[in-house]
Amino acid sequence: MSSDVALRVSGLGKSYTIRHQDHDHVTLAQSALHRLRHPRSAQAKETFWALRDVDFEVPRGEVLGIIGRNGAGKSTLLKILSRITPPTTGRVEVFGRVGSLLEVGTGFHPELTGRENVYLNGSILGMKKSEIDKQFDAIVDFAGVEQFLDTPVKRYSSGMYVRLAFAVAAHLESDILIIDEVLSVGDAAFQKKSLDAMRDAAQGGRTVLLVSHQLPTVSVLADRVLLLDDGAAIAAGNPAEVISEYEGRARIAQQDDIDLGEMPRFVNVVRQPPVRLARLRFPYGPTLSERDELVIDIDVDAHQPCRASFGVGFNTPDHAPVGLAYSPALAFDSTGPHSVQLRLEPLQLVPGPYVVSLSVVDGLDQGMVMEFDGVAGAAWISIHADPRETLAWSRHWGARRLPAPEVRTAQVSLR
Amino acid sequence: MTADTITPAEADEPLRPSERASAGRTVGRAPGRGPIPLLVIKPPARWAPFRLKELWEFRDLVRRFAARDITLRYRQTALGVIWVVLQPLLAAGVFSFVFGQVAGFEETGIPYFVFAYAGMLGWNLVNSTLSKFSGSLLGNAGLVSKIFFPRLALPLSTLGSTLLDFLVSAAMMGVILAISGVAPGLAIVLLPVWMLLALLIAGGIGLMAGALTVKYRDVGYVMPVLTQILLYATPVAYSLARVPESAERWVKLNPLTGVMEGFRWSLLDVARPEAGALASSVIAAVVLFLAGATVFTRMERQFADVI
Repeated sequence: MSSDVALRVSGLGKSYTIRHQDHDHVTLAQSALHRLRHPRSAQAKETFWALRDVDFEVPRGEVLGIIGRNGAGKSTLLKILSRITPPTTGRVEVFGRVGSLLEVGTGFHPELTGRENVYLNGSILGMKKSEIDKQFDAIVDFAGVEQFLDTPVKRYSSGMYVRLAFAVAAHLESDILIIDEVLSVGDAAFQKKSLDAMRDAAQGGRTVLLVSHQLPTVSVLADRVLLLDDGAAIAAGNPAEVISEYEGRARIAQQDDIDLGEMPRFVNVVRQPPVRLARLRFPYGPTLSERDELVIDIDVDAHQPCRASFGVGFNTPDHAPVGLAYSPALAFDSTGPHSVQLRLEPLQLVPGPYVVSLSVVDGLDQGMVMEFDGVAGAAWISIHADPRETLAWSRHWGARRLPAPEVRTAQVSLR
Repeated sequence: MTADTITPAEADEPLRPSERASAGRTVGRAPGRGPIPLLVIKPPARWAPFRLKELWEFRDLVRRFAARDITLRYRQTALGVIWVVLQPLLAAGVFSFVFGQVAGFEETGIPYFVFAYAGMLGWNLVNSTLSKFSGSLLGNAGLVSKIFFPRLALPLSTLGSTLLDFLVSAAMMGVILAISGVAPGLAIVLLPVWMLLALLIAGGIGLMAGALTVKYRDVGYVMPVLTQILLYATPVAYSLARVPESAERWVKLNPLTGVMEGFRWSLLDVARPEAGALASSVIAAVVLFLAGATVFTRMERQFADVI
């Protein structure tokens, strides 16, 4: 029987109830009164899922980075794993002792001396007195605060304070270490020391769960990265891949109305284009399911009457081309600003972020393409899995989900 | 290893519907196979057990918290530990001035100051437990929302400074008794019983109040008023014998009446507390403490979310 799993999370979810203002019972009396008056009424409340249906496993000795936007559910996940708050659904199986470091220095008391705080904080983190006794010198040495051990920590510099707090936590003897944004403390030298300590911990067979907004730190330390968005685990795997996906998503979230005017053009566009790209918008947003139509609004300036087709190209974030689609030729009968709406058939692409390029061309029907204008990397879109699809598409199966072949004939016969 | 501290997984435990759905998705895992996890985190059951074992594992923490509270109280004070002695003396002085001199209360055979001090000794135990239990969670909100530990450790740890105060006050009581020539009787051996009853009653209410304060801050405002009312409704400054007959029934219903009379019986060798008042104390102590602990464990799980 192998014991190579340190942590197994299945179907984990956490919901909070948001009560609406008119039924907000801040006081006990209000709450009791409301119950008396409306004994059966369901309160006007909304359930908010901070975390939903998260599944993952962490093998022993792995450093798992957890990334995601603010509010994606990272802290909720860590709070459940460190038993501060219970989950609403699902379960977590933990194979080993968990030490969590959610905020350095929680439980430090400014009036107590360094020595007293080491013991207090150690006990709070779940260490026995004998363990702290054993580690005491190492902790003090790591923090470099020997001379100030009997000074109240309120007289410490903020650097010393944080170093001591981190040192206590880093010497916690646990099989699984949960760390939230703590590597950002101290000066450069101390950060390096902390990083080394983390790495040693992992090499010593400890499992580390690391939450950080500092992507470089995560990519250096983590063996694998889990990306959370809106409470769901949307990607897990190779740090570089997941981080680039996350960065793509971050960019997608920012774009609303994109000014193409100043963006660099394709090198081979004509000198004085009859039609030039000006702005781009996604009227239904840049995130869509693999079965949705993609709608793009493009503002253009026509400098002379002409005919032109619009090209929309897609690349993966690491620049691999995925596909290209051209519109039929459109007629620009007058000069001045025009707007064009392109409606693309469902793309059926693998869920993930894509880079969109735009171009304006002529001569498609003559087999000779003349590029009026073109912008590479004009915008980002994000495709997510369609809930109606029973089979989640994997990147390794190809960039596009092909339409299911129609079965023309089906015959079973004896051979 | 602390394997014994943590609930082992029950191998054949039926899955909840939500778990069943997710278990199906996890490839190649059948429930009940593979190594047994040290700990399973799952949605809390409606009625959680008291988990005393877990609390025992964290006894170092309870001690640490208690030591912290005691150390902190006298840090940066000029008189330091002298305050432990000074505080109850000053309080009893004010008490006997107001009730003995101004209001003219008297007790036969015992100087009023001695009578009042004995009452104060018991009352302070109740008062301190009540206020520290109910304030202990909010006072450590940072810890509660950031770190896991049995939440009961916070209120329980306040017993350290409460009992220290009691011991010092009790020693002063001895000195006062010697000076005034009042001798306690054999009943002195029952002193721990009155202490226990006082702690259970005040602790039960305190646990309830503390848990409720996390969600409803109003409780924090109501408690001092309730304590004040309780002080005057309890025979602390007067004895049950002085209560007019019309009110006696009600005063005897007060669970603290028996406790206070008990304290004075043990310390001053006065009349034995009545059986009715005693019964009310014992029943209330058991019921209140169990109720307090139950409310606390039921609300405990959402402390981190609402504090």
